[in-house]
Amino acid sequence: MFYRECGNFKDSYDKDMAIFPIPLDRWGFIVMLFVAFVIVPLFTSEYLMMNIIVPFYCFALSAFGLNVLAGYAGQISIGHAAFMAVGAYSSFILYGRYGVPLIPSIIGGGVVSSIVGTIFGLPSLKIKGFYLAISTLASQFIIEWVIVHVHWISGGVFGTIEAPKMFIFGFALNTPVRKYYLVLCIMVLFMTIGKNLVRGQLGRNWMAIRDVDYAAEIIGVNLYRDKLLAFAVSTFYAGIAGSLITFCYIGAANIEEFNVMTSFALLGMIIIGGLGTVLGSFLGAGFFVMLPIAINHGLGTFMEMVPADILSNIESIVFGGLIVFFLIVEPYGMARLWHTIKDKLRLWPFPY
Amino acid sequence: MAFFFEVLITGLMVGIMYSLVALGFALIFKASQVFNMAQGAMSLFAALALYGFFEQYLHLPLWLALLCTVAVMTIWAYAIVFLILKRLVNRPPLMLFMATFGIAYLMEGIGQSIYGTQAKGLNLGIPDELYEVAGVFISSFDLFFAVVAALLVGGLVWFFQKTRNGRALRAVSDDHEAALSVGIPLLKAWTLTWIIAGVVATVAGVAWGTRLGVQFSLTFIALKSLPVLIIGGIDSIPGVILAGLIVGACETVGEVFIGPYVGGGIQTFLPYLLALLVLYFRPYGLFGKEIIERV
Repeated sequence: MFYRECGNFKDSYDKDMAIFPIPLDRWGFIVMLFVAFVIVPLFTSEYLMMNIIVPFYCFALSAFGLNVLAGYAGQISIGHAAFMAVGAYSSFILYGRYGVPLIPSIIGGGVVSSIVGTIFGLPSLKIKGFYLAISTLASQFIIEWVIVHVHWISGGVFGTIEAPKMFIFGFALNTPVRKYYLVLCIMVLFMTIGKNLVRGQLGRNWMAIRDVDYAAEIIGVNLYRDKLLAFAVSTFYAGIAGSLITFCYIGAANIEEFNVMTSFALLGMIIIGGLGTVLGSFLGAGFFVMLPIAINHGLGTFMEMVPADILSNIESIVFGGLIVFFLIVEPYGMARLWHTIKDKLRLWPFPY
Repeated sequence: MAFFFEVLITGLMVGIMYSLVALGFALIFKASQVFNMAQGAMSLFAALALYGFFEQYLHLPLWLALLCTVAVMTIWAYAIVFLILKRLVNRPPLMLFMATFGIAYLMEGIGQSIYGTQAKGLNLGIPDELYEVAGVFISSFDLFFAVVAALLVGGLVWFFQKTRNGRALRAVSDDHEAALSVGIPLLKAWTLTWIIAGVVATVAGVAWGTRLGVQFSLTFIALKSLPVLIIGGIDSIPGVILAGLIVGACETVGEVFIGPYVGGGIQTFLPYLLALLVLYFRPYGLFGKEIIERV
């Protein structure tokens, strides 16, 4: 009843272009921000905050990055986790070895990752589809090898760098709540930028490339520039997410966290969440982070301790099953389900 | 020089294994334009199933265990085609590609829940001795699988060229609609392809399983066969076989002779580097059909 507009009252372009045209959505968003900024740090346990919500934010950022590339620009990448690794290692090196302040070094991680990503995106100018997918898979293995084998980067055989202590302007980020705020602020900032990027000219160009590339070229989209920009933006987000997740969640840059399985999982996240939507990145990432915990709780009612291997097996069955399910039933993922619910609600008591 | 040849031959033997996995990819791609990421999971599942029938649960004789494994892969083929692919007809190829991702997750999960996650040694009683041929040592084990692979490829060529079903499959791979209009049942053809891919996966899985043990990392070997596919050309079966040999030889020779200078472990990405080179100069692969598509 409350969730609708009775008629079209948009009398300016600003109103027409609003992100949340319905007041209730706007309020809902403000409530969610309030929950994220105030309720979560005040009332949730440290475990919930650090082990579920922080990785959720980081994966949402990274999934959004992949979504820019695969969902918006239609260039599939199965090496995205490698760019998270690039971001993680370069921000660690900037911060730990060269004493660059924390925020610039996180951004720097994103920039380095973006440069590397653009280089690996170069084949997209010549090839597309599966061929491109395989060349991005190549980037995964090449980057992994370089990180492990170049001593200057990894500093050792296992490719692990311990996390330095974090300070912003002399203010120590040593408690979970402070780390949480760091992740949250960066996530909200970049998601806002990202949402507006995909709404604007560039996002529309990407969608045109995704839908029919030669038609996009004919209507004046610069294919080369925009494809490379898609790679740059996408890997920038991956780099930021990678450096945040290592700084605030894992605590040490470790190449094992960013192997090819993580790349696959990211791809699964955006399929389940919804290709080509910002909301979908959140839903997919949330789903991916919650799934093992949900299964653990679900099985916990039947047995004392769920063995790790059974857990991971059920996880992959559910994950795979849902990927297939969503592709068959709802190719645009959970985000589209939410959209359908919204459309129904708008017309709710009188659906015609 | 003898050492070089030994390394080369080891590489070629590894290459045969890659060709086997890549063959499954190529078959399915030809028949249904689906880029099947689940091929590695299929190999893993087949190896697990064989292990289950042969050693873990039933202790069947080897030939019966192999038959049962093929039967299991047939069931998978039916399930995949009728429950999944049938409902995804006419979707963009990217969707089908992602669906096979889901299938891979499903197969890995189900396989490992039934048979357990720990690595298992699969001993089929194939002798593993070294023979000396002209100063070069060759393992009888490698030789055995080389022969099996050759027989398999020969059988496939015969099937595709000489039998009615094989011709039907080739027709489907050339043009779906034309094949439909002359009365070839598309779903049947797809199922048959997936069954054949399952058989190929069984052979590949058993070969890798006996060599490295049946374990999760078998699915990563399938990833190695992707560059093989690119180098050979996705739609060319002889191309894929040859490319597998090239990749195997290059990565082993590269690892042994170049690896020490750069810190080793380069065989994990050398095939991909080769594939990138090939992509740059001949995007359709060394032997693939020249489909020029503007990007």
